[in-house]
Amino acid sequence: MNDIQGNLLIADDNKVNRLLMSRSVELLGHKASVAENGKIALEMLAQEPFDALLLDIEMPEMDGFQVLEAIKTDPALRDLPVIVTSSVEGLDNIVRCIELGAEDYIPKPVNKVLLKARLNSSLEKKRLHDEQKRLLNRFATEEVADDLQKSGFAIGGRRVHATILFCDIRDFTALSENMAPEAIIELLNTFYTLMFEAVSSHGGIVSLMVGDGLMAIFGAPQPIKSPEQSAVEAAKEMLEMVAVLNEERAAEGEPKLRLGFGIATGEVVAGYAGTDARATYTCIGKTVNRAARLEAHTKTSDCRILFDTETHDELIERDGVHRIADAQLKGFSNSISVFAIK
Amino acid sequence: MTQDLIDPTIFEELQEAMGPEFATELLDTFLNDAANMFASLEQAALAQDADGYRRAAHSIKSNAQTFGATALADQARTIELAGTINTAAIEPLRAMFEETATALKGLIDE
Repeated sequence: MNDIQGNLLIADDNKVNRLLMSRSVELLGHKASVAENGKIALEMLAQEPFDALLLDIEMPEMDGFQVLEAIKTDPALRDLPVIVTSSVEGLDNIVRCIELGAEDYIPKPVNKVLLKARLNSSLEKKRLHDEQKRLLNRFATEEVADDLQKSGFAIGGRRVHATILFCDIRDFTALSENMAPEAIIELLNTFYTLMFEAVSSHGGIVSLMVGDGLMAIFGAPQPIKSPEQSAVEAAKEMLEMVAVLNEERAAEGEPKLRLGFGIATGEVVAGYAGTDARATYTCIGKTVNRAARLEAHTKTSDCRILFDTETHDELIERDGVHRIADAQLKGFSNSISVFAIK
Repeated sequence: MTQDLIDPTIFEELQEAMGPEFATELLDTFLNDAANMFASLEQAALAQDADGYRRAAHSIKSNAQTFGATALADQARTIELAGTINTAAIEPLRAMFEETATALKGLIDE
């Protein structure tokens, strides 16, 4: 196992302990800063990013318990691993540290081998956590990422009112037949980058990516002001961005990308589905099917963005919105009203 | 009850793990800083500050443990856990510290 170098903060009121701890972690290849009490430690934590805190309990001004409490309630510090190093008496005090969120407890005098192992494990955990956060933020909005962090990826569902958007690239298979594999992936990456931007800038999250299409959710897991309007705006923005992309492609003699959007609003069952190892925030229900079918319906209508009555009725902006012929969608017993924009 | 003043293996381990020069420097720091810790202990006793009294005893115990000063650590621990301020316990602790300091200095000169 490769040892990770960390930027550590040592909080201890005792001079000998500070010297000894600094020297110990420096011998292990880490960088060490010191604070003489809890108050100074918190001030330093607010100013500089540290990878772990080695915390003494008995300190004047602000003791270790108070520091643990402050860290626990601060979203910016919540994930910082804290290793309590103390010669505090009583098992109940050690239990209290762990209950307050300390990662580990090492009794003083600190055993070097134990310190090395605990530090490596804490730093590795921190690294994985940071990595997970980065990945999450790539695939979800900050709200979903936060929700996931807090719920600890609890698999479960609830009924929510949301707007679902489906989008895909028309005739992508035919379009990609004459392209090099690298060029296909590059084009898809461009498409996804633009689409993620359009969806997240309107408060939605991308839930599924399938080949040349994707599904986005507006209004879950976090409620937003107008999920209907947001979804329509995201689709409009996406079309504008692809129009710019198409101009570039036309200049290079490449065929244009054509997109279709289907939007539906209603009750869905939303939650993290999958296994502990691989889960995604997703929605299922009639609304989802309706959005998917409306998206497919763009193939036979001239309109790029189609939506249902439930979405239409909640729109705040209706410029360019018009009703087209009712459609009999696959899997639905009755024909439904269909609306388009532009 | 008789007890060894120092457990020499602990100080040897410290020298080995941290380097003999650093161990000496650390011991000097302890011996110099002890005056401050005893001053804190006395002040806290005078001010009837039970928390400060306990914390000062805790600090002396913690450092004594670092150097393997078993007897001093035990005596400081008794004060830490006493729950009440006992000014009469300070002088015997100081005497124990002086004895310990001489013994620890002896370990370096060896």
